[in-house]
Amino acid sequence: MAQTARPLSPHLQVYRWQVQMVTSILHRATGIALAVGTLVLVLGLAALARGPEAWSAFATCAASPLGRFALFGWSWALSYHLLNGLRHLAQDGGWGYDIPRFVASSWTSVVGSLVLTAAIWACVLMRGGAA
Amino acid sequence: MSAHLQTPLKRARGLGSAKSGTAHFIAQRITAAALALLGLWFLWLSLRLLHADFAAAHALVAQPLNAVLLVAFVIALFWHAQLGLQVVIEDYVHTPWLEVVLQLLVKFLALLGALACALAVVRIALGS
Repeated sequence: MAQTARPLSPHLQVYRWQVQMVTSILHRATGIALAVGTLVLVLGLAALARGPEAWSAFATCAASPLGRFALFGWSWALSYHLLNGLRHLAQDGGWGYDIPRFVASSWTSVVGSLVLTAAIWACVLMRGGAA
Repeated sequence: MSAHLQTPLKRARGLGSAKSGTAHFIAQRITAAALALLGLWFLWLSLRLLHADFAAAHALVAQPLNAVLLVAFVIALFWHAQLGLQVVIEDYVHTPWLEVVLQLLVKFLALLGALACALAVVRIALGS
């Protein structure tokens, strides 16, 4: 719709950064990242269905430095989108719209996602080294 | 502002119904609720798969309960991803032909992803 000369609403660069804004942007960004990451799920299940060689090739890829980096990023994106998604569901139910609670729940999503990611990788390491 | 002699209503017609937004909203929330439960279960399954060799991983996914939940997870996952990406594309892509192409691409890929995962799980579960 490039032909219109209508006034545009102010966009990101106009606003002071605040946590509610970050949680909203991160929710969308992690959603996109997780959608792309579903490719790993498809490849993993397909490898497991195909046989031992394909599965070990997949496991080798996943255990490579790049694979671990991607899995780490994916685990955080999943943690964040999960926790912030629950927050959004609560908000859909009408809960937590006053500003202090909105800000507090924003921080809960951010900090909680880091805690959950740390817990996941603590489990990984405790179960006998990475991948 | 308008270079052509049409009312706003006339120009809006044919660009899509305004009646399907609620269904989208509800489907996004229902799949979200399903994924909140199935996602936690999937995390737990992933952690168990992480150090498994082929036989153990195969056996774990082949367990009927795991296979059923995995297929449910995959359907909810790709459905939710499509709904979310649809909104992202609606928000940021304003070139009509490109928007249509991207929406179709996302829908096709999401369906293919769900089918591929479901077929893989069925193959594993049936041991073929």
